Amino acid sequence: MATFGVIVFPGSNCDHDAYHAMKHVMNCDVKFLWHKDTDLSGVDFLIVPGGFSYGDYLRSGAIARFSPIMQEVTKFANNGGPVMGICNGFQILLEAHLIPGAMMHNQHLRHVCKDIYMRCETSDSLFTGSLTKGQVFRVPVSHGEGNYHISDDGLKALQDKNQILFRYCDEEGILSEESNFNGSINHIAGITNDGRNVLGLMPHPERAMESILGSEDGKPIFESILNSLSVA
Amino acid sequence: MYKAKVNVTLRPSILDPKGKAAHHALQNLGLNEVQQVRIGKFIELDVEADSKESATEIVEAACSKLLANEVMEDFDITFDD
Repeated sequence: MATFGVIVFPGSNCDHDAYHAMKHVMNCDVKFLWHKDTDLSGVDFLIVPGGFSYGDYLRSGAIARFSPIMQEVTKFANNGGPVMGICNGFQILLEAHLIPGAMMHNQHLRHVCKDIYMRCETSDSLFTGSLTKGQVFRVPVSHGEGNYHISDDGLKALQDKNQILFRYCDEEGILSEESNFNGSINHIAGITNDGRNVLGLMPHPERAMESILGSEDGKPIFESILNSLSVA
Repeated sequence: MYKAKVNVTLRPSILDPKGKAAHHALQNLGLNEVQQVRIGKFIELDVEADSKESATEIVEAACSKLLANEVMEDFDITFDD
């Protein structure tokens, strides 16, 4: 059984959501890793959770990226270790250059906190292996800087290498203009790196794990991850 | 001691929603002569270095490693003499 590590930065606030999702819903072994830790031994999968690490000073994720643990996260990722950054975690992975691109303020400058729909774009990754292309998920978002940006060449590379895993859509799975609520280029909600072992995802599947809390659409994503880890 | 002043600005190709919102507010104030607003960051650094050249190198490293995100921002460094 895989052991999950959830990194805790000063200002993380979805660390407990991620812990609860993996421990109590998915019944996995999970441990918290303090941002000053440098020992990742025994961890098979890293989650960089959401929140406001270092108060989002300078730019979201810019300071957390220099926390001691991030050197180890980079080594882990460069050795093929699976890493999932959610929301602020995505921003940190971008700042750490583990994923290409950058986050800008939402197009309309508002912090958006609501349920949205996103569509799986490919089952060719360890995160989406058991999902179906076109499958729609209703999951929450809560961010002010989720407007994904990348150069034209960078976007073309993401498309050519099939690195876009999730895009914002409407309930029917259609990429309507309104569904792209934060203005992200190409409706991008989640992408993987060139090595396909690092995922950055703006929505929060870890907050959609139990129907009593509104949606369990996040569960298939973590089931997919567990399936991939058990055959790896 | 060298006093560096750094301006971090969004690249021209990047939309600046904050600048746009400020521009809109300026129009509401009747300042219709303002054609465009772009908002960036201003950062001051006190740098201990032997020469202006080495101070420049240090500040450039600070900018490209942390203070600016070169995916979407440019930076410009000047020194108080």
